Amino acid sequence: MTTAEQTIPRYKGKRNRLDRPELLAPAGNLEKLKFAVHYGADAVYIGGQKYGLRSNAGNFSFEEMKEGVEFAKTYGSKVFVATNIYAHDEDIDGLEYYLQKLEEVGIAAIIAADPIIIETAQRVAPGLEVHLSTQQSTLNWQAVQFWKEEGLPRVVLGRETSFAEIAEIKARVDIEIEAFIHGAMCSSFSGRCVLSNHFTDRDSNRGGCCQSCRWKYDLHVDEEQLYDEEADPFTMGSKDLCMIDYMPELIEVGVDSFKIEGRMKSLHYVATVVNAYRQAIDAYFEDPEGYVLKPEWVEEINKAANRPLNTGFFLDTPGAEDHIYEPEEKAAPYDFAGVVLEYDEASGIAVIQQRNHFKPGQEVEFVGPGGRFFKQTVGEITDSEGKVLDAARHPLQLIRIQTAQPVKPMDLMRKRISKK
Amino acid sequence: MTYKPELLTTAGSIEELKRLMDAGADAFVIGEARYGMRLGGDFDPAAIAEAVKLAAPRGVNIYVSLNNLMDNNVLDSLPGYVRSLSEAGVNGIVFGEPAVLMTVRAEAPHIPLHWNAEMTSTNYRTAEYWGRRGATRFVLARELNMDQIIEMKSATKLQLEVQVHGITNIYHSKRSLVNSYLDHQQDSGRLEQLDHHRGLYLTEDERPGERYPIYEDANGTHIMSSDDLCMLENVHELLEVGVDSLKIEGVMKSIEYNEAVVRAYRQAIDAYMADPEAYAFQEEWLDGIKAVQDPNRELSYGFFYKEQVY
Repeated sequence: MTTAEQTIPRYKGKRNRLDRPELLAPAGNLEKLKFAVHYGADAVYIGGQKYGLRSNAGNFSFEEMKEGVEFAKTYGSKVFVATNIYAHDEDIDGLEYYLQKLEEVGIAAIIAADPIIIETAQRVAPGLEVHLSTQQSTLNWQAVQFWKEEGLPRVVLGRETSFAEIAEIKARVDIEIEAFIHGAMCSSFSGRCVLSNHFTDRDSNRGGCCQSCRWKYDLHVDEEQLYDEEADPFTMGSKDLCMIDYMPELIEVGVDSFKIEGRMKSLHYVATVVNAYRQAIDAYFEDPEGYVLKPEWVEEINKAANRPLNTGFFLDTPGAEDHIYEPEEKAAPYDFAGVVLEYDEASGIAVIQQRNHFKPGQEVEFVGPGGRFFKQTVGEITDSEGKVLDAARHPLQLIRIQTAQPVKPMDLMRKRISKK
Repeated sequence: MTYKPELLTTAGSIEELKRLMDAGADAFVIGEARYGMRLGGDFDPAAIAEAVKLAAPRGVNIYVSLNNLMDNNVLDSLPGYVRSLSEAGVNGIVFGEPAVLMTVRAEAPHIPLHWNAEMTSTNYRTAEYWGRRGATRFVLARELNMDQIIEMKSATKLQLEVQVHGITNIYHSKRSLVNSYLDHQQDSGRLEQLDHHRGLYLTEDERPGERYPIYEDANGTHIMSSDDLCMLENVHELLEVGVDSLKIEGVMKSIEYNEAVVRAYRQAIDAYMADPEAYAFQEEWLDGIKAVQDPNRELSYGFFYKEQVY
């Protein structure tokens, strides 16, 4: 408060007060971007060729960004770029050009942690909003106040903040708050982990993280190993965050942007998770009083989940039940099988692009935006020449099948994984 | 201005502070766990005032660590704490996050600010960003190498502080990971019986012989390096370029160990400063450290001569 008098607020822009929270989804490549937007994301965040923390994701060229921005615009959605590394001095060459290019191709905002990237963007690309990354581990209102005074319209909080802490931050500072609501989490404070550097000479804060927190360790005291080889080993690995049960609380506490983690995740994962949260948010705003959580949203999320789920720090500090000590099982017994490209109403035949092996007799599900859903058994499969196939074997192969109900382009087809 | 490198270390108690001053330390980082991260022991404001009284007459500086990641609750007491540090006459405040910077600017703008965001303090331009907002010193991440340090020293007027010896933190979580694991093993009382700060470590199958200490405190779970950084043999490389402060991290070590280390670096620095041209490293300085070194922990150059990929 006294500090506010000392510093003149520099943020002059008209902040876009969101009447409903933004649903922000990850997109590892252009195709995933299109599906995220189509399934209901108000904004997507992507990585470019430099300055992002996922050096292994299918990062975007400027051309692809441009196409992504154009596509998103047709849905009224925005595209953000993660520039969230902690830079070393040699990374700074080319930063100005890179940020100017982002502005030029129509990127709405960057997500940055390192102040030199923030300041450079404000100077050379004023059309880009700068959102403070979760990598800064911002946990208190005064730090949020600082970033507001530095001209940032939005802060992504550290994943350690609880509902009560978010409420206090929102009450004290008028700024957009973005919070992770779904996906994998660093179990450390973000950015405060150099296990990869020590174990593999890969720099975690510049995108080289090799997920050492999910490795297995033995715990010792002095010369004694506490538990034998039969016991579950020690690990830091956390269950994944899932806040679908708490949408009214998140909306009412005033979180402005609901963020889904996962630039490395599949198209099926992103579309399915976005689809569920989109429906929940829309249902709340349609009738806040009458809002009820629909079991099908939870079921859908579970069909995409890679790991067991929990609520992170929102309710309480995580304990034993929030970490993954047992051997990891694939949580979802479903696989992505295909994407609908065309549908002919007269014949009821859909053209499907194969994404995973499937064959006649198999049980599949079709999913579309807004919760469209049905199950059916796969009948005859033909290729584009009309030849009958014993199975859809080839990735991206175009095949035709009869669907039990009408489908639309960009609907997803998934199959149940047969129990071994 | 003549160059006078500072030999900085930590202290867990007044006793340790006195002994390490005698061994040749020029400055100390102390504090308490509510505000500071990974300290050797707690100094409340009264103890900090006492430390300043002991140190000031000898020209020794006392810096206080406030580089925790702070939550809303800590903010309530932060202004009062900063005022008490001002009254105690401390020579510097170490900060990692903006709330501390704002509070010091408001409550005690005369106290120098050292920017230390641990592993995320990685470039001098960002240090200068904090410099324009009041920081006078930049505490370098341990994951930087010698070439980067040398380049930074010529690029910035900010004081540079570089850790030259001791353990480093490699992972910090707010979670209680040891307790969670013991709960999972249905062994919940176990940690109470163990000394929280000593003796617990992790091993990983692919890294035989490496022991990574792990402990929990009020700030969460900390995992530490399996080796101890030791730049004694090459400390002249840092002195040649004029690094302002050389830090010995004394956390998780005995006073005797830290005494031996401070003494060794004191000798090396004094010998270099007396005659930089004629300086030659003396093996016996290192012998003093080797004599007290835990045989399970290697002395290493850390990241000083490494290239990392990403």
